[in-house]
Amino acid sequence: MFEIRLHGRGGQGVVTAAELLSVAAFDEGKHAQAFPSFGSERMGAPVASFCRISDGEIRLREPIMEPDALIVQDPTLLHSIDVFSGLKPGGYLLINSTRGFRELGIADFADGFPPGHARCVGASEIALRHVGRPLPNAALLGGFAAVSGVLALDSVLKAIREKFAGPVGEANVAAAREAYDAARAA
Amino acid sequence: MLKQIEGSQGIAEAVALCRPQVVCAYPITPQTHIVEGVGAMVRAGTLTNCEFINVESEFAALSVAIGSSAVGARTYTATASQGLLFMAEAVYNAAGLGLPIVMTLGNRAIGAPINIWNDHSDSMALKDSGWIQLFAETNQEAADLHIIAFRLAEELSCPVMVCVDGFILTHAYERLDIPSQEQVDAFLPPFVPVQQLDVANPYSIGAMVGPDAFMEVRYLGHQKQMDALEAIPRLSAEFAGVFGREAGGLVRPYRCEDAETIVVALGSVNGTIKDVVDAAREAGAKLGSVTIGAFRPFPLAELCDLLYGAARVVCVEKGLAPGLGGVLASNVRMALRGAPKPVYTVIAGLGGRPITRASLAEVFRRAAQDNLEDVTFLDLNWEVVHAQTRRAGATRESGPIAENLLKALNPGLVRRVAGERRTIDG
Repeated sequence: MFEIRLHGRGGQGVVTAAELLSVAAFDEGKHAQAFPSFGSERMGAPVASFCRISDGEIRLREPIMEPDALIVQDPTLLHSIDVFSGLKPGGYLLINSTRGFRELGIADFADGFPPGHARCVGASEIALRHVGRPLPNAALLGGFAAVSGVLALDSVLKAIREKFAGPVGEANVAAAREAYDAARAA
Repeated sequence: MLKQIEGSQGIAEAVALCRPQVVCAYPITPQTHIVEGVGAMVRAGTLTNCEFINVESEFAALSVAIGSSAVGARTYTATASQGLLFMAEAVYNAAGLGLPIVMTLGNRAIGAPINIWNDHSDSMALKDSGWIQLFAETNQEAADLHIIAFRLAEELSCPVMVCVDGFILTHAYERLDIPSQEQVDAFLPPFVPVQQLDVANPYSIGAMVGPDAFMEVRYLGHQKQMDALEAIPRLSAEFAGVFGREAGGLVRPYRCEDAETIVVALGSVNGTIKDVVDAAREAGAKLGSVTIGAFRPFPLAELCDLLYGAARVVCVEKGLAPGLGGVLASNVRMALRGAPKPVYTVIAGLGGRPITRASLAEVFRRAAQDNLEDVTFLDLNWEVVHAQTRRAGATRESGPIAENLLKALNPGLVRRVAGERRTIDG
């Protein structure tokens, strides 16, 4: 079982991102379970969502408390809630930021990860260029495919196209590709 | 066809495959996605011969459902929480009139305090309204139970409530096998009503019944539920034959052979419980579990058979009967009359409190040592409870409980406002 927790703010597509991860895993023949943190989500309020991926049936219904991977859609959350809570040693970390871990003030923490497991990608800026709006969720999923290797980029792109039809889908696909390349190059 | 979809959408697709003729609903979270899904299919023309009726309240939703079912239309609606309470009078009426309405209940807590999250307080509040209550363990089962529910309701002329854990199931994206129209048609024949209001042949239903016959009417309602004890496993077996997978049924044991401690629960928490059972078995503990698929009618005989050999039973329940403890546990004790053994109540997950493997494993371990209170509140924060008890003991004007607890949990977030003592007359 591979468990992913996503943190962001209401309006950033945190719940949709978890859904897309589960669809990408499903397309690869895996079992997946995506669910939101069931808060009364409001624009701008901290929101978490979860995705479990497994080769077999998933029966567990508890929130993900010890994730294998974290996706942080909004770096301002780092100083307001404990987004790193329970992250497993050797896990993966992807933060939406054009700044590095040092500038974010978490250099020591990021140094504790195996090489390539922790990355910052400026997904909002990438999305702004391709989609015209700073919605980082789809782009970050491209970055996540690169960092974790748990899902193939093609599966993620297929899930994005299924969710967003036409030009919006293609723009998000382009953003996800760029974030994928950026995460690999970093 | 396998799909990765939201539970609510899966239920909407299953309902549409049942060819409902009238769907009426008032939006209330978390069931909103279900009726939105059905509404979209009616609008898009993929669900034909179905009238979708927007109503002004939950009371109206079930009242319209009663009317449409009484004229012979296959009728569906959905609700949750306060919505169910608001339609409570109509809930009893639908059962008393013997109308085969199917209603999804996206289980969640009832206020006050306001809480939108999952528990079973709503189902439990209307457990004795005369409706059959089926509980879904997974989203696959939630979808499948609706197909069984229409068949069951129409065979018995009794309304069926399909209880689905709000948010935990309704809002989870999972792999679902959505059956084909041919499969559903093979299982669920067109609705042939036993009573049908007809302007060409007028008669009335729901007449006043006095003391001379009211008890007999109620007895016959009870008899229908007893008949359902036979019908539910039969339809479940037939469903498995057509669709190639299990769904529904009265009870489902899991690793109960030689089990000394057996856990009993309703709904989606059974998935987590099974994971805990597996881990405990690996560690050598003789633990098993039973999923109850039908809460009304209550499978007394089936539970007695399954639980008779165990040394103790633990009921994990998402509902509280204040002043008693657990509703499920008292029902299970009824099943075990004549077989004296501890039946522990574990109240868990109220208002959406996560039910974790770690907490369940610990409470089952204590149960196995018979070191458990009759009624245990899982993961209760005793600190804030004691603080409130002390506050209430110190001053009569101790303030609103909910707000006091939030202040205790978030010091600094809410500034304490010291109010002046006032009485009504001055």
